[in-house]
Amino acid sequence: MKALIIGCGRVGSTIALQLQKEGWEVTVIDENEDALSRLSENWPGRFLVGHGMDTDVLRDAGIEDADALVAATDGDNTNIVIGQVAQKRFGIQCVVARLLDPARAEFYAKRGMRIVCPTKIAIDELNTAVRECVIPPVVAG
Amino acid sequence: MYVVIAGGGKVGANVARSLMRLGHETTLIEQRRDRFQRLEDEFEHQVQRGDATELFVLERAGLARPPDIVLALTGDDEDNMVICQLAKERYGVEKVIARVNDPRNQAHFDLMGISPTICATSSIMALVEHEVPEHDLIHLLELRKENLEIVEVQIDRDSPSAGKRVEGLKLPEGARLISVMRQGKAEIAVGSTTLEAGDQVLAILEPGKEDELRRVLLRR
Repeated sequence: MKALIIGCGRVGSTIALQLQKEGWEVTVIDENEDALSRLSENWPGRFLVGHGMDTDVLRDAGIEDADALVAATDGDNTNIVIGQVAQKRFGIQCVVARLLDPARAEFYAKRGMRIVCPTKIAIDELNTAVRECVIPPVVAG
Repeated sequence: MYVVIAGGGKVGANVARSLMRLGHETTLIEQRRDRFQRLEDEFEHQVQRGDATELFVLERAGLARPPDIVLALTGDDEDNMVICQLAKERYGVEKVIARVNDPRNQAHFDLMGISPTICATSSIMALVEHEVPEHDLIHLLELRKENLEIVEVQIDRDSPSAGKRVEGLKLPEGARLISVMRQGKAEIAVGSTTLEAGDQVLAILEPGKEDELRRVLLRR
């Protein structure tokens, strides 16, 4: 299985490392060359410096025969565009985009895109946690 | 007419000012604080501060009315694409116009069905092509919706088509000659029109047929 990860920040790099460990062939794209240091020292996958919206870069990265693409740059709109390009132009079945804004996440999730919204997950978790939470008694001292 | 403009840089601010002068109800959205403050001095309540790709910002600007037209004129192509998608598909805005900053992103706008678009770089390049005679085939107009384009071809002495009648040319499928400009006078190209060296010929064709047309008219 071949995966393309766009954006090599905390999220992108960790997913890249995990997929690679599980035997995936992983290519990572980031605008910043220094992002390579987030991957392990002898990263066996490919790493390309470039913008994920640049179709030449995507082609170089092998998008045409990728099985999955993860759009995890720090820009929601960049991820939205990359996701749609991967889906509609290159016909990739499994496209996952990370969006921080819950409102845009909800809209694009309804339009056939697999969206992961960390903000929404945090809201839900915090909501549950605050309801379940047992406040420890204050010990007078 | 109610117009919402996203992006208050030079382009957005000038378009906003022009529309307001024509008496159109206009709302301008600008994200950057420094720019917003300058714009507010001039446009007062007609400019709002915020990220125009956020739904609540769009709604505050009246996207739910919806506006007659939304202009996405920011300096970020991805933002302009998302603004247009949200306007059309979420709020039912019928008309959008998007600014393309990097011509390499044009295909993405097309893919998302965002039209019309305007790209300063592409327009300048078209003018350069037109002004610099070393280009033998000049793109004059792209009819993106129709998937057609209009080009101009300069016939010279060595062109195989010089001295031939239009009906005798083996034009590629999906290409037609429109007119011939000779010594400052234009004529509609018909079957019996004979091409001459020095003619400027207008042709309409499907994009991608340029090389075939060039071969028939110019053999290059």
